[in-house]
Amino acid sequence: MKTGKVPLIEVRNVSKFFGSVIALKDVSMAVYAGEVMCLLGDNGAGKSTLIKILSGVHKPDEGEYYVEGERVDFDSPRDALDRGIATVYQDLAMIPLMSISRNFFLGSEPTRGRGIFKRFDVRFADRVAREELKKMGIDIRDPSQPVGTLSGGERQSVAIARAVYFGAKVLILDEPTAALGVKQAGTVLRYIAQARARNLGVVFITHNPHHAYAVGDRFTILKRGRTFGTFTKDELSREEMVRMMSGADELEALSHELEEFARTDAMHAKGKLSEVEQQLAESLERAAKTGDDV
Amino acid sequence: MTTTTETASQRDERMVEVGLLRRLLGRPELGALGGAILVWIFFAIIAPEGFLSLRGTSSYLEVSAQIGILAVAVALLMIGGEFDLSVGSIIGFSGAVMAMLTTEVGIPLYVSAIIALLISLLVGFFNGYMVVRTKLPSFIITLAGLFIIRGLTIGITRAVTGRTQVGGLGDAPGYNVMRLIFGVDVPIAGVGFPISIFWWFLFAALATWVLLRTPVGNWIFGMGGAEEAARNVGVPVDRLKIGLFMVTAFAAWLVATITVTVVKSADTKRGEQQEFIAIIAVVIGGTLLTGGYGSAIGAVLGALIFGMVRQGIVFAGVDADWFQVFMGAMLIVAVLVNNYVRKRAEEAKR
Repeated sequence: MKTGKVPLIEVRNVSKFFGSVIALKDVSMAVYAGEVMCLLGDNGAGKSTLIKILSGVHKPDEGEYYVEGERVDFDSPRDALDRGIATVYQDLAMIPLMSISRNFFLGSEPTRGRGIFKRFDVRFADRVAREELKKMGIDIRDPSQPVGTLSGGERQSVAIARAVYFGAKVLILDEPTAALGVKQAGTVLRYIAQARARNLGVVFITHNPHHAYAVGDRFTILKRGRTFGTFTKDELSREEMVRMMSGADELEALSHELEEFARTDAMHAKGKLSEVEQQLAESLERAAKTGDDV
Repeated sequence: MTTTTETASQRDERMVEVGLLRRLLGRPELGALGGAILVWIFFAIIAPEGFLSLRGTSSYLEVSAQIGILAVAVALLMIGGEFDLSVGSIIGFSGAVMAMLTTEVGIPLYVSAIIALLISLLVGFFNGYMVVRTKLPSFIITLAGLFIIRGLTIGITRAVTGRTQVGGLGDAPGYNVMRLIFGVDVPIAGVGFPISIFWWFLFAALATWVLLRTPVGNWIFGMGGAEEAARNVGVPVDRLKIGLFMVTAFAAWLVATITVTVVKSADTKRGEQQEFIAIIAVVIGGTLLTGGYGSAIGAVLGALIFGMVRQGIVFAGVDADWFQVFMGAMLIVAVLVNNYVRKRAEEAKR
């Protein structure tokens, strides 16, 4: 896709072991400026381990890590941050009772004045927080309102806007849409697209293929610690993506098994439990057929 | 072009209105302000002669100041998400050290006070260091501190002087200097207002400035709200925490110094239960027990309520035994009101 250009970040054949557990094995991927790279995989596929390597939390046991073509060896998330790699974790690192602008600048407060008159520049903080959010397309009424009053999607956006403002070149977003409703997830997806438009490289972690397909340019699929490789949108249909991610065969097998349970249960008792299980089995089956995730 | 600017300014106006309402509702000290006004009106009606006089005002402000100095420091710490149950014991300890250094060693009282300050700060540092290193709840660490420090104070004082009180400081070297700084009355309209009241206001103003207008204040809120999150964005959580424990120790020393100077003696029992009263004042002031939310002004108002009730009951001729019942009930009401106000503030969205 972007041949000839140097990727913003790239890992080559990285592996990570925790004791005897192989969390990640021979995984390679690259992220270029102005693209959304989706990192897909079921629970336990190694997504978290990979992003922890990218964000400097873990060091890879094997393989190399390059930032803008230069080999790096991060000791801490701070190192990664200094190279412009910002991670927005699922739990957000937002403090609900603090105002938006105070959250925005926590740890990097703007000051004015000198000596004992050096003070937190509240007006500057309010103005910048408001402007930066506006650039992401969110119009907040009052930057001094507590973050707790924002919806989940808006909070994600504040976290993204903060990372962008403090000079991130690469944004790593850890399941930003996981706990959100359909509409709010849509909002976050729009901000991801906006970040791309501002020429950032985005690593978008999700296990929802619909969300990935909506904004992704390229897709790296992980399963059980290994990678299926990286695909562009043309090379991969949504259905194939789902199949690779979770293994639709496994889903089918599971739904059959549940059906069997439901049948035997119904024979023994007509309790409500079997009804619930039957519904679950049906929905699983439907999911396996249509390629929907449950 | 003109129309767009017009709509923009119209919308801005609406924004300011909503913001103001929310800001008022969202202020932690709102409940305490209402409470303070109610308490004042109550005693103004039932005991107008004593309570409304300047002398009466001076007397309840002095009581409030003692608890208020402590409460302001405890508020900072509690907003930062920690407790300090050892402040009451540090008051007794600091006072005893100060007094003994002067009576037994013979150094001037102000030098003793400075040495006591350094030792108190060290105790605060140790509290903070233990909390940071062991990662145990500060409630436990400082609860242990409450007993250890009190026990040490009584033990050492009795071993050195043979008694649990150290008196006669009025004639001690350096006393007059101390009296000038910590013990004089400032005459206002012919009535003396103890200087401790001004120390209290100064300390509260300083704490409010730090909380609302400095990066450190932002860190305190952040640390109390979500410690890990604050750490991740580069807030020096450990140093900040130790610093806050040193601030509460400093406040305990200031209270000790004021009482030693005013009463001219030290008592190993001094400061007992003050840690709880300070916490009550802070909570009445709208600070959350879980941290991350609160204000120093609220703590001032909480302490003011405490002082007004304590003295007001005397002016009204009611048996002072009822005072504790009132404080306990007040605590429950305050927490309920605060929870309600905070919920409203958070839900006021859209």
